[in-house]
Amino acid sequence: MTKIKSLADLKKMKADLQSKIALREKSENPEGRVQVKVAMATCGIASGAKEVMEFLVEELEKRNIDAIVTQTGCMGYCYAEPTIEVTLPNQEPVVFGYVDKKKADDIIEKYIKTGELLEGIIPVNYEKID
Amino acid sequence: MAKFKMHMLVCGGTGCRASASDMLYKNLKKEIQEKGLENEVQVVTTGCFGFCEQGPIVKMIPDNTFYVGVKPEDAAEIVAEHAIKGRKVNRLLYKDPVKKEHVSDSRHMGFYKKQIRIALRNCGLMDPENIGEYLAADGYEALGKVLAEMTPEEAIQVVIDSGLRGRGGGGFPTGLKWKIAHGVKGDPKYVVCNADEGDPGAFMDRSILEGDPHSVLEAMAINGYCIGASKGLIYIRAEYPLAIKRLKIAIEQAREYGLLGNDILGSGFNFDIELRYGAGAFVCGEETALIHSMEGLRGEPTFKPPFPAQSGYMGMPTNVNNVETYANIPVIFNKGAKWFSSIGTEKSKGTKVFALAGKINNVGLIEVPMGITLREVIFEIGGGIKGGKKFKAVQTGGPSGGCLTEKHLDAPIDYDNLLASGSMMGSGGMIVMDEDDCMVSVAKFYLEFTVEESCGKCSPCRIGNKRLHESLDKITKGQATLEDLDKLRNLANVIKDTSLCGLGQTSPNPVLSTLDNFYEEYVAHVIDHTCPSGKCKDLIRYEIIPENCVGCTACARNCPVNCISGERKQVHLIDQSLCIKCGACMEKCKFNAVTII
Repeated sequence: MTKIKSLADLKKMKADLQSKIALREKSENPEGRVQVKVAMATCGIASGAKEVMEFLVEELEKRNIDAIVTQTGCMGYCYAEPTIEVTLPNQEPVVFGYVDKKKADDIIEKYIKTGELLEGIIPVNYEKID
Repeated sequence: MAKFKMHMLVCGGTGCRASASDMLYKNLKKEIQEKGLENEVQVVTTGCFGFCEQGPIVKMIPDNTFYVGVKPEDAAEIVAEHAIKGRKVNRLLYKDPVKKEHVSDSRHMGFYKKQIRIALRNCGLMDPENIGEYLAADGYEALGKVLAEMTPEEAIQVVIDSGLRGRGGGGFPTGLKWKIAHGVKGDPKYVVCNADEGDPGAFMDRSILEGDPHSVLEAMAINGYCIGASKGLIYIRAEYPLAIKRLKIAIEQAREYGLLGNDILGSGFNFDIELRYGAGAFVCGEETALIHSMEGLRGEPTFKPPFPAQSGYMGMPTNVNNVETYANIPVIFNKGAKWFSSIGTEKSKGTKVFALAGKINNVGLIEVPMGITLREVIFEIGGGIKGGKKFKAVQTGGPSGGCLTEKHLDAPIDYDNLLASGSMMGSGGMIVMDEDDCMVSVAKFYLEFTVEESCGKCSPCRIGNKRLHESLDKITKGQATLEDLDKLRNLANVIKDTSLCGLGQTSPNPVLSTLDNFYEEYVAHVIDHTCPSGKCKDLIRYEIIPENCVGCTACARNCPVNCISGERKQVHLIDQSLCIKCGACMEKCKFNAVTII
């Protein structure tokens, strides 16, 4: 290990390391961020939810969007897997069905970035208790 | 590099490790590997989460699921359910003691709601044995900024402006302390971290050192730069092996990265830190006694002045601060003195860590803003009194503090308010007592501790405390008179006024505060020869209520001295001449037929 020689070096090093614990710091305050939940039950995984989740995690970071991607259990829309639920700050969650990578890309570009609604939204058919 | 989607934070504090959290960590790692998730899920050992009551703790990131009481064999289920299928393991979730509901998100737990974590900011969030994680969370940036952009005078002014006061007990303004040490001429000067946490039940310093050792190292280096010292010493008790191990790792890593040693960050400033071990004497928390112990002398205090700032370690100017005080320093520089001083009350800024213990639902380590009330701490964060009993008193400040009662519950907690009500902040122990606790016995218990820990150098403390203890013993045996109570108070005041160091000056506090707040209980012992809480064995006797006794023989079978007689289905009788008053009969009786008189 070479020694850190200056404050500038230290800051550079911090920037490199930050992503390692960013997830932990973000989760302290999820409300102010975009939250994406990917349904990862057996049905979801079989339809490719895992790849979609990886895609979302990587792309959101690449495109500099402050978001938290979590996995959740079956949301009950097994016919439309993979499904994801997107919650923009201070808005009601919206569920999208049949999300493949291309669809995920659309969701990031349109709904997450601009708030524009897309095809494929599943109307919420139950109430949740939190 | 692996891009982790999920982090599993496993508590690696002493408390959780005692319940096999290191085994749990290994099992989680193994399960993750077997399921091929090692590039997706990161398992991390962290410092203490504070919720020690229900350890071991596992926190899942990013969904904040907070698992409690997790056993090593639960690892497979957590990985299979939570990590793979995204389903929470309900049986391991925290259950709210009042609402009896599962709470999954730690941010919704009453225990965490009112907390503001500054000194404990990294405990339970990062791996204390990995400097990279500390660097990622602004680590050593405060030191970098101070060295590159500030003169020592400017940096000291920041600490003065923050209003930070010593967290070890006395509450002396930290910035002022640094300014005095800065102003004294001498070479070499020393920076000493007091990690001799002696209050029974208090463990915040240990948790900080175990969970975030780098923050203390960074603060000590800043302290060194401010007062012109290039050598730091941490006086830590040898009975904190895990804290020592992690400190050693942290010092090694900091040296490797050039954050300790010569020419730190190219500033020309040199600073290095060594450890000194203490044998665990309460009096060595007093700074002069601590310094003598480090010098290899007996751990006895000396008269101040000279203060350590003038003549401390090896006769040289020395600045001593406590672990928790140091843990606040980097944040003050990163976020600003103004930010820090916006938290708290007029004269006590920032937060304070308390170790909640006693008859309370959520035992653990909490950090709350100064000015919060005891009621909020005990009933909201602490979840109220165990078993639905009635609150009686709370002892703050450990053996040097006093008992506060119902009438103090709504006063804001800060250094000055606690002193005014006859107690003190101390290092932040908080022991809650319920209606079953006898206050005379409580005072006696604390006196036992101070008698044992008195170094014996000055007579008021050595002899006086012993006499105090004897008087209390007499009271609990019903052999005292009202005159003894007056003598007790007089002696307590003399000890307070004439002892050499903080130990003796505060040791009568439990006696004085219980005399003030629970005088009627003392009188009951003296005049009526009874103990209202049924704790003092010499003043009570167990008897069987004939109307309630069904003759089940449960009491007789469980009596360790066989002093209960009676046939099956007949009323039983306790032989008072043999009874040792252990209370086993009362505990076993299902018909409330045993009573204390």
